[in-house]
Amino acid sequence: MNWLPLPEFDRHALSAIWLTLELASLTTVLLLLIATPMAWWLARSKSWWRGPIAAVVALPLVLPPTVLGFYLLVALGPNGPIGQFTQAMGWGTLSFTFAGLLLGSIIYSMPFAVQPILHAFEAIGERPMEVAATLRARPIDAFFTVALPLAKPGFITAAILSFAHTIGEFGVVLMIGGNIPDKTRVVSTQIYGHVEAMEYTQAHWLAGGMLVFAFAVLLGLSLMNRKNTQVMT
Amino acid sequence: MTGLFTKLTKHVSTALGLVLCAISWVTSAAEVSVAVASNFTAPMQKIGRAFEQDTGHKALLAFGATGGFYAQIKNGAPFQVLLAADNETPARLEKEGLVVAGARFTYAIGKLVLWSKQPGLVDDQGEVLRTVGFNKLAIANPKLAPYGAAAMETITKLGLLARLKPKFVEGANIGQTYQFVASENAALGFVALSQVFAEGRLTQGSAWMVPASFHAPLQQDAVLLKTGKDNVAATALMTYLQGDKARAIIRAYGYEL
Repeated sequence: MNWLPLPEFDRHALSAIWLTLELASLTTVLLLLIATPMAWWLARSKSWWRGPIAAVVALPLVLPPTVLGFYLLVALGPNGPIGQFTQAMGWGTLSFTFAGLLLGSIIYSMPFAVQPILHAFEAIGERPMEVAATLRARPIDAFFTVALPLAKPGFITAAILSFAHTIGEFGVVLMIGGNIPDKTRVVSTQIYGHVEAMEYTQAHWLAGGMLVFAFAVLLGLSLMNRKNTQVMT
Repeated sequence: MTGLFTKLTKHVSTALGLVLCAISWVTSAAEVSVAVASNFTAPMQKIGRAFEQDTGHKALLAFGATGGFYAQIKNGAPFQVLLAADNETPARLEKEGLVVAGARFTYAIGKLVLWSKQPGLVDDQGEVLRTVGFNKLAIANPKLAPYGAAAMETITKLGLLARLKPKFVEGANIGQTYQFVASENAALGFVALSQVFAEGRLTQGSAWMVPASFHAPLQQDAVLLKTGKDNVAATALMTYLQGDKARAIIRAYGYEL
């Protein structure tokens, strides 16, 4: 990075911002891939398991991040179930790694991806799929050509919320991250470090940036929702 | 008539006595809120219990990073006593006029230790740091925690900074650093001796006691904050901490005095 002669603070801040965006983007993409089949199943299943699984998916809404962070720290460690598995696969342990943060973020933001998609699928109802079936569309074709396009606003909301929520993540990262520059030091933990070290100027810059970002996301979301409802009506 | 009068005065004086008694009980059993550096958690819990038994006062203890407490105190946190992990923060608060002048004293001198939960991993010379036999080395954030700064000084003195830096994982305070090593997510870590030491010996795992000459002394100072000037429990605690009973507990956790 010699070609960019930045002062020390800016370099750390940029690295944290870049890492945060990387974490949030990857989390969002992976979450959409996981949440879509999950929401589809939750929307249509009549299984006894539907209730318990919906509750498990929604748990991070209610649990403090410290609970999640603590369990992850124990589970990812060399004697924990996930740690045993990753070691057996030859990946080492995931605590203090970017992959570990990614796993934590996926769990932590899961409800923010599943809920909007689930509501969108539920709003579609059985009817369009039945119509598609009578037109001899295979269920998989009907899913991609009928259900997915109809649920588009749900997907957009899910993506924005997962992204924004991961950016705002703090407790889990603090507990399993280890504050490693370029690997696990994200903006929220960086701000915490600045505040504790009494570097209020740096803290103000980053915190102010976060505030503006969060406001822009929520404003955009509400404008988009209004547009969507106008189109529908 | 006189009989009734004496009876009445008797009742009144009994009632008055009871009220006075209650007032004196309330004032004698006061409450003090104490901000305690994470490394001093275990000894302070013990001292707190002894203090409550011996004086009848109540000590409410909050544990955390000294830098964090500094920011909270500056912003009006309701603590009356600060037991810091260093001597700089109390000195700074004194300069800023937030503490009662002349009440500052050193309550303990901390000891840094390289610790692993694994028995036999750490030798008594710290040579393990020169090997490749460990995955991560946990230290407290050197900007926030005096024990982290002492760990960095030690590593630099050993000439191992460049080699060990890729293995660093940082805890926000010494409590979190201990947690990284205790959960074995990090094989090794620089922690406070008081966290792994009780009744004169190591509680578990293996450790290297870092010689005091490897880093600036971890002098830990206590201050009485301005908010505690008229709080009897706060002044009693400051005295109690310098008494023989408290000092014996502090020493048993491996601190020097």
